[in-house]
Amino acid sequence: MALLDKDRIFTNLYGYQPWNLKEAQARGAWDNTKALIERGRDAIIDEMKASGLRGRGGAGFPTGMKWSFMPKQPPLDQAGNPKPSFLVINADESEPGSCKDREIMRHDPHLLFEGALVAGFAMGARAAYIYIRGEYIREAETLFAAREEAYAAGLLGKNACGSGYDFDVFVHRGAGAYICGEETAMIESLEGKKGQPRLKPPFPAGAGLYGCPTTVNNVESIAVAPTILRRGAAWFSSFGRENNKGTKLFQISGHVNRPCVVEEEMSIPFSELIERHCGGIRGGKDNLLAVIPGGSSVPLVPAADMWDAPMDFDGLKAVGSGLGTAAVIVMDKSTDIVRAISRISYFYKHESCGQCTPCREGTGWMWRVMERLRTGNAEVEEIDMLQQVTKQVEGHTICALGDAAAWPIQGLIKHFRPELERRIADNVREAAE
Amino acid sequence: MADRYIEPDSPELRARWGNFAWTAENAEKAKDIVSRYPAGRQRSAVMPLLDLAQRQVGAELNTQGWLPIPVMEYIAAYLDMPVIRVVEVASFYTMYNIAPIGRFHVQVCGTTPCMLRGSDDLLETCKSRGMKKGHISEDGLWSFTEVECMGNCASAPMVQINDDNYEDLTSDRLNAVLDALARGETPKAGTQDPARHTVEPVGEPTNLVAMITENHDYRSEW
Repeated sequence: MALLDKDRIFTNLYGYQPWNLKEAQARGAWDNTKALIERGRDAIIDEMKASGLRGRGGAGFPTGMKWSFMPKQPPLDQAGNPKPSFLVINADESEPGSCKDREIMRHDPHLLFEGALVAGFAMGARAAYIYIRGEYIREAETLFAAREEAYAAGLLGKNACGSGYDFDVFVHRGAGAYICGEETAMIESLEGKKGQPRLKPPFPAGAGLYGCPTTVNNVESIAVAPTILRRGAAWFSSFGRENNKGTKLFQISGHVNRPCVVEEEMSIPFSELIERHCGGIRGGKDNLLAVIPGGSSVPLVPAADMWDAPMDFDGLKAVGSGLGTAAVIVMDKSTDIVRAISRISYFYKHESCGQCTPCREGTGWMWRVMERLRTGNAEVEEIDMLQQVTKQVEGHTICALGDAAAWPIQGLIKHFRPELERRIADNVREAAE
Repeated sequence: MADRYIEPDSPELRARWGNFAWTAENAEKAKDIVSRYPAGRQRSAVMPLLDLAQRQVGAELNTQGWLPIPVMEYIAAYLDMPVIRVVEVASFYTMYNIAPIGRFHVQVCGTTPCMLRGSDDLLETCKSRGMKKGHISEDGLWSFTEVECMGNCASAPMVQINDDNYEDLTSDRLNAVLDALARGETPKAGTQDPARHTVEPVGEPTNLVAMITENHDYRSEW
């Protein structure tokens, strides 16, 4: 069953209509938000929990539960005054393959602002900061303008939507560091520092931005909240398999006939997603080589395992990968698969923040070995050595960037080891000739 | 980590930029920016202020703009924070140019999703026009960088030039954009595929068709 247009949350996804307040309201945004707030904090969080929404930023942590971790009573600072709480919205979409939050922000920003108010109220936050990646320059301009509209209409600020709740939303632009998508690096960056992740604990819900309780949520997780509350948890959870509920923005790039961003129901089989919206694989189904189903940091999946896999957290875990941000990178048989992964290794080398030694040194090392494997200028034993080094980086760093750099290489070795060995053998033979 | 080379401090740099101060318009903007953060947390404003300063320098030089050391010192004083903390931030985030830059900063995305769609051709196109990575062209018009994923993967390959993205590029389409910029024109930003609007499946709308022609309200169908 295909997802019907009436069940799509992001109806202006393609920006055919203006993003402005008037048009957004005509589509259903900011429709009696006061009534949503009057349900109360607990009711909102319960509804979100019941909807089964899992965080859309990659890790898939249940959103309602995350909100419930925020303290009911504000902790006191040293002077005995209550500390404010903050909501930080992660709009630092930088994972290679991901381009969904951009469409929300430039074409339906009011869904995000309304979600910020509802979520902020539910967790007792004083204000929200939307941290948008620096390269989204025009998208940030849209956010600033939409924010002005919302304030002018009394939807945000003092007595937001006439609810009696004071809530501010600010937009903060990043400046080109992938690592700021990690929640504690984002908080550091918001405080005006280099974006280097913090050790956890303390978790942000205890001590985050300015040492105050903070929740960091992805743009999509926040923007779907008002619609879930309006239509009910039962509606949202009617899509997708158990534990993988809801609708989701998929971003399909690479070797399909029509790359696109599309909202579909969770658990849609890969084949259906590609055939229905992308016009199939370039050169036909048999031309598919491999797929990176969740953004660059998840391992690739070879064609045979991928074709019927359900596109959700558990379905992709079962084929040795993950849903991540649902950024589907499709590679056909013309792809130099070693180069494709090596280029990802270069990305992580470039984006390592330099804080932890295994990642700072390891990402560069792994990339250099990958480049030699690409040309075959290596020894077969080095494949095992590379595998071993990825295991030494994985899990030995403060944040998950080390893991993210290791997994694509592990996926390549697992599924394409014969190709690596073939290149080495070819290289040896050519040298002999 | 990204390779970054900061333009060293020099008497010439100091003579040129030692008197840097906000223009009247930017002074207002700077005040507004600082007001977004709680009192006493003005340091949070360092990133937006560096961006503002870079743009002001750019407006003076008619380039994308960059951040000489004396300008960083001005921001440090403005926010009452140590200069080294500002330099740290400016050198950590790659969008701050810490060395001089050309009029147009051509940033070709070369990460895997763009690579699969042909970013090699775009890099080649730039090189064949005489651009060299990390250098300013002799006429001062072009700076050329290969950058990491810009988040336009469904309309790859893409190039960001100063504030605008040009998507769904081919070698010919990129040449057309660059030619237009060189002539002083403002080419249309976004997708360069004449048949495409934004990131929809081009040529065959598979969903949200009603939205193409009207601001459709789906709520009556719930």
